[in-house]
Amino acid sequence: MSSAQAEQSLSGSIVVDGLSMKYGALKALENVSLKIDKGELFGLLGPNGAGKTTLISILSTMLPASSGQAFVCGYDVRKEEAKVRQSIGIVFQDPSLDEELTAQENLDFHARLYGLDSRTRRVRAREVLRLVGLEDRRKDLVKTYSGGMRRRLEIARGLMHTPAVLFLDEPTLGLDPQTRRNIWDHIRALKKSVGTTIILTTHYMDEADHLCSRIAIMDRGKIVALGSPQELKGSLGGDVLEIEVVNAHEEFTKSLNQRQEVRDVVAQDGRLILTVERGESFIPVVFETAAAQGVGISSVSMRTPKLEDVFLKLTGREIRDDTHTEAKDRMRLFMTRKRR
Amino acid sequence: MNFGPTVYTLWLREMKRFIRNRGRLIGSMSFPLLFLVVLGAGFKGVFTYRHDVSYMEFIGPGIVGMSLLFTSMFGGLAILWDKQFGFLKEILVAPVSRLSIMTGQTLGTVTSSMLKGTVFLAVLVFGGLVTFHPLGILLALVFMFLISASFVGLGIAFASRMTDPQGFQLIMNFLIMPVFFLSGALFPIDQLPEWLRVLTRLNPLTYGVDGMRYALGGPYQFSPLLNLIVLLGFWAATTFVGTILFRKMTA
Repeated sequence: MSSAQAEQSLSGSIVVDGLSMKYGALKALENVSLKIDKGELFGLLGPNGAGKTTLISILSTMLPASSGQAFVCGYDVRKEEAKVRQSIGIVFQDPSLDEELTAQENLDFHARLYGLDSRTRRVRAREVLRLVGLEDRRKDLVKTYSGGMRRRLEIARGLMHTPAVLFLDEPTLGLDPQTRRNIWDHIRALKKSVGTTIILTTHYMDEADHLCSRIAIMDRGKIVALGSPQELKGSLGGDVLEIEVVNAHEEFTKSLNQRQEVRDVVAQDGRLILTVERGESFIPVVFETAAAQGVGISSVSMRTPKLEDVFLKLTGREIRDDTHTEAKDRMRLFMTRKRR
Repeated sequence: MNFGPTVYTLWLREMKRFIRNRGRLIGSMSFPLLFLVVLGAGFKGVFTYRHDVSYMEFIGPGIVGMSLLFTSMFGGLAILWDKQFGFLKEILVAPVSRLSIMTGQTLGTVTSSMLKGTVFLAVLVFGGLVTFHPLGILLALVFMFLISASFVGLGIAFASRMTDPQGFQLIMNFLIMPVFFLSGALFPIDQLPEWLRVLTRLNPLTYGVDGMRYALGGPYQFSPLLNLIVLLGFWAATTFVGTILFRKMTA
């Protein structure tokens, strides 16, 4: 294979090999390995502080890793910084536009830094603005834009220099539900029309579930699960029963956990979350057991597993979009886990 | 890498922001003008340094220096706002060298700062407050450039080390203001008490203001060559430190 062909085949790919990142005693990333193919819409899912942004910062050459290697489009992020930078586009977690410039000027500034000639700058600006539906607002100052429009403009800007890989770091953070849906539509359209590899970080489960073809679930600097949303949810093997109990339920949990059908039990905030085979026929068992032990049940609901349940099972915690997560961790009554 | 185009890109952005923001433009020009007119008129009667020089004529070059000091330092510190608004990340992740970014940022700020300074210079010339001589104006412009470029470098150095705009006020109070007041812009330095004269002599802006006084036919103290050498040294020092710190900075 000639080197040109090799470059061609590696374009859009990402290889992460044993990457670690330490800040003093804190391990932000611990021995992370990962392969992402060209054209994938790949999700990094995890709570705040899981290491998602750190990983993206390393892949975009903004941060040198403590140890391990990473290649973007076949280029070593440490040794071939300029080539990596030229091949990637980034939408940062926090806003990064010049509000005193127009949308067009922001794109133009970006394109000049990436060495595009004036004709290409014009053509590309029109293309990417159309892609995110902002062509009629292109001459307006960014400070007149809404949060959703700014986000779309940042996505458009990330695509200006036709990168082989696009990083979206929490693309819908802080946006209202309707705007989030709108951004999702644009990301999906992007995947269809552009063919760019997209790596998206999020702590919204539904976002990863809706958009991504593959997901790596991250927690405390490690990848704890990897697969398509279907595979991950299927790995739980069964239905999810949520039981709200009124009084002490330690004994109750134990006896439920001893049943054949039960795969997993997690107690949280006065609820029991069970993963069971054939959930509908297990509901009577729940009531029988409760009656025998004098435990009051205020509600039972059954559903198919969500990514939330996968995360909960893997880490014993829920992903939450607030700062109370830690406090809730400590408040968690207790948790039992059954391994098979 | 594409050094020239990057420098131009950053310069262009600075110019667009400069032209667009009228409020900031007027704001930054009104303060020195206030000093010139109000102090110039107010201290007219008590100023007895030289009988052939009015107080307004005396402080004229000092006011140009003041404008340059403020706009250049603020311009260098503007990196802090880019940090705050996240735009710096967009610049730093691009496949361009830090040196080209720093050069473009510096040239942009020096240009806008010099434009404002030149407006004040024109006010002095047309107001008959300075002696007009083409070579003198040229020399004044050289001093203006050196003052501006030096303090932009200093501003960038500080901005590179600071993480939030809170420190901005500190720099304003403990650096910019003392540098201005101790530069001989507002009073002749040969009549100062000893301790104040020492401080003034340690201040690079003193030599810039004095150099402009010489170029514009005012009462100067030092040899213009000394002024030039001190400023060139100061420029080299701030640019060197600014470049090193800017290179190390993370967005």
